[in-house]
Amino acid sequence: MGKPSDLVQGTLDLLILKTIALEPMHGWAIAKRIQQISNEVLQVQQGSLYPALHRLEQQAWIRAKWTETETGRQAKFYSLTAAGRAQLEREKESWSRLSNAINLVVENV
Amino acid sequence: MRWIQRLRMAMLMLFRRSSETARLDQEMQFHLDQQIAENIAAGMAADQARSAALRTFGNPTLLHDQARSTWSWSWLEKFTRDVRYGARTLVRSPGFAIVAVLVMALGIGATTSLFTIVRAVLLKPLPFHDPNNLVMVYEHFHDNQLGDGFNVVAPGDFRDWRAHTNGYQDMAAWREYGFNLAGEHAELPEVVKAAGGSWNLFPLLGIQMAHGRSFTPEEDQVGANHVVLLTWNIFQRRFAGDASIVGKQVRLDSNPYTVIGVLPASFTYPDSKTQVWVPYAQTLTARQYDAHDNHQSLVIARLKPGVTATSALAQVSALQYQLHLANASKPVAESAVSRPMIDDVVLDIKTPLTVLFCAVGCMLLIACLNVSNLFVARSAARRKEIAVRGALGGTRLTLIRELMTESLLICTAGGVLGLAISALTTRWLATHWDALPRAEVVRMDVPVLAFSMGLVVLTALLAGLLPAISATGKMAFGVLQESSRSVGGSTSRATMRKTLLAVEIALTVILLFSAALLFKSFMHLRTTDLGCVTDRVLTIKYGLPENQYNTREKVVAFHESLLEKVRRLPGVTSAALVSTPPGGGYEGDDVFTIPEHPPAASVLQDDAIYRSADPEYFKVMQIPLISGRVFTDQERLTRDHYLVVSKKLADQYFSSDNPIGRHIRVSWDTPEPENYEIIGVVGDTVYDVAQPIKPTMYFPILSGLPNQVSSATIMVRTAGDPLLVSVPVQKQVAALDPSLPVYDVLTMQQILGKTTASQSFSATLTLAFALLSLLLAAIGLYGVLSYLISQRITEIGIRVALGAQRSQVLRLILLDGLRPVFLGLLIGLAGGAVVGTLIRSILFGTSPYDPVVFAAMIVSLLLTAVAACAIPALRALKIDPMQALRTE
Repeated sequence: MGKPSDLVQGTLDLLILKTIALEPMHGWAIAKRIQQISNEVLQVQQGSLYPALHRLEQQAWIRAKWTETETGRQAKFYSLTAAGRAQLEREKESWSRLSNAINLVVENV
Repeated sequence: MRWIQRLRMAMLMLFRRSSETARLDQEMQFHLDQQIAENIAAGMAADQARSAALRTFGNPTLLHDQARSTWSWSWLEKFTRDVRYGARTLVRSPGFAIVAVLVMALGIGATTSLFTIVRAVLLKPLPFHDPNNLVMVYEHFHDNQLGDGFNVVAPGDFRDWRAHTNGYQDMAAWREYGFNLAGEHAELPEVVKAAGGSWNLFPLLGIQMAHGRSFTPEEDQVGANHVVLLTWNIFQRRFAGDASIVGKQVRLDSNPYTVIGVLPASFTYPDSKTQVWVPYAQTLTARQYDAHDNHQSLVIARLKPGVTATSALAQVSALQYQLHLANASKPVAESAVSRPMIDDVVLDIKTPLTVLFCAVGCMLLIACLNVSNLFVARSAARRKEIAVRGALGGTRLTLIRELMTESLLICTAGGVLGLAISALTTRWLATHWDALPRAEVVRMDVPVLAFSMGLVVLTALLAGLLPAISATGKMAFGVLQESSRSVGGSTSRATMRKTLLAVEIALTVILLFSAALLFKSFMHLRTTDLGCVTDRVLTIKYGLPENQYNTREKVVAFHESLLEKVRRLPGVTSAALVSTPPGGGYEGDDVFTIPEHPPAASVLQDDAIYRSADPEYFKVMQIPLISGRVFTDQERLTRDHYLVVSKKLADQYFSSDNPIGRHIRVSWDTPEPENYEIIGVVGDTVYDVAQPIKPTMYFPILSGLPNQVSSATIMVRTAGDPLLVSVPVQKQVAALDPSLPVYDVLTMQQILGKTTASQSFSATLTLAFALLSLLLAAIGLYGVLSYLISQRITEIGIRVALGAQRSQVLRLILLDGLRPVFLGLLIGLAGGAVVGTLIRSILFGTSPYDPVVFAAMIVSLLLTAVAACAIPALRALKIDPMQALRTE
């Protein structure tokens, strides 16, 4: 396992949206999940997570709700809004275009 | 509806900030706890797990701030913090804050007031339908002395223009008129200002009557049934706003007129004093109605869409040339001229108003410079504080922002106070400024508020930016290394203060200079020699309705018995009649020829003002008889065709020979021109203080000349206060005819005051602004010097200790203060000369380069400057060298 790499600029929003698309999650779980799914390659900086969550909430792409966790503590759970779902589609599309383009350059040139 | 949710979020963050902050803490704490729990599960010891979690998490406070900064209100938080900080620092120096706020309030208040008036009077469209297409068409006036100009139109010309040109959708005419309105139900009779308007005038302007209807074409005929429209003013004032007046009759000049309609309140053209409108043709005789040489109407035309004012006018001009050729013996203009209607309405006020607006703008700029200067002084006093904050990591931008917030606070407070001042002064100006047209539309509204808010921001920038930049400059941070003895770091700032001061002085000089010119010009008007002796003279006007006083005998009998009774009143030394008193206006003129002279080759015709007077008039007013004689008692009653001319007329037309016994041929309303023999030459009198003297002809007032008998002014010379006889004279009129209203009961001094009211108003206002500016400049000067001296206490102390004389110290300080004054004075004088040239058109009898004005202004400025310098200079003299050195 190499050193955890920083996120590609501008992809944090996409990752967050995608992560909570399945089920509502709190901040710690979001960071954890991204780390796990990416095989520990993507390390979400805590420093950028909370500002990003607030930004997304402000954009009305996600909404937050205080709920009890399995352990009985209160935590803030984030879930996607309809606008957020649309935004996720847009970001996915834009990401696949970008990654395809990068692939093309990397493989063919 | 995403934006609703976004707004909700924003509001939530704004109003429940503390609870949201707590929740953010809670959320982060939860995150940390989870991490710690995981670390423990991985086998770490409790405290190790905790520090590891914190390490990966980062600085919670910073994260907290970063999260919060995504809320859109962070700028507001910062701003509130700055404002609180600014307010605290301002409260710590209340003297400075109060002076600065007052200075800004004066500047912003005065500018807002003038802007309100300028906007309403000069910039708001006229309250008519599609006002941009309305023009006034005039006959082209040419006179060898007065040059080119706009002449009022003859009814015949107007009707031909309307019938035979097609550049205008329509043309309408109106003329001023006056009536005696009879008193009914114990009301007093009154003289009402009236206007005669052609039937199409109101449709042309797009005016809907508030009640009733407008004129019909049939009513707009000479001799048609009398109908009248009431303006809103008289409808409310005299008829209590009772709409049932429509259809009823009122008596004007003893004739019954049927009220057919009421004009809306918004209609105040040509001015708010006009009370009734009658059909145009009903104010004219049949001959006048057809005449091409009876110039007394104004013509309003509406341009056809797509036709330019120039091409529409070209057609009228071409037609006018034909009319000129067809009436070669009469004074018919060769061409026509036009201008937009709005220009016409605001003609007389445009220049004075612009001058005033520039004056307050100048004053505002001076106020800004002053506050700016105060800020520089303060920031100098706070050098150390600023330097420490800079050293502790305050970025330059943050420091500038904070200093700017202070200036914004001052200007906002000044703006609020200024708006209050302006609300009061605007109202006052609109009601007391007689010469102001369209005063009824002057009000403070949203654009005005926006304007003053803009002013606040602008002034805050002007006053705050320069000091803030200079206070936070690189040099400023060096202060920490300076020993207190050194003043090196402040040299550049002292230079800037002096520069600001010089600019301020220059602006003050320009303002003072213009004000002094206007004031001198106004004083010149007030002391104009009217050509007669004006003290202790009362004038009273009255008019005799033509249908009651329909024979010459009746008219003469009335005038005669009134004069006789008035002369016998106690306190009256003499009395006489004249059609219009000196300084009382133009009233009328006529063209004439001189039969003894060869016919003039020029197309220009000679014209002179006419006056009617009885023989006593010249004696009562002490107008000197230069040669010949005035009328005898017999001649005034008969039509012997004698006349008296003024010196100006004699000089101009009979320069080489004796005018006595020569003739003047006038045409009046008579079919054939009549010859009048000149029997005397009298001294010149002035008809309008702002105008050059015109040649004048005097006819006997009782000789029955048309237009000369129905109204008269009785001139009463008294032994004591002329106003004391005003009631007795009015009682004599009422005793002769109780239905007769008198009006314009004025002393000659009041007539002069009335005709110079407009000039007096703008001169006084400009002078007030200039004096305020002088005061501001003095405050600025005092502030700068006090500061400079406080900076140099040690230096002065050392100088004195080393044996400097008091006079040397004094000279040092005064020179320091007066150098920027001299510089500003020089720049200001150059600027003043330019401004003087610009306002030349509103000056009377004063050259823009008047040396007295120059001298007076320089002296007053220097006196103020010396006074402002004296206090700090004297303080410097008192410096005890030992004390100064010990403070080191």
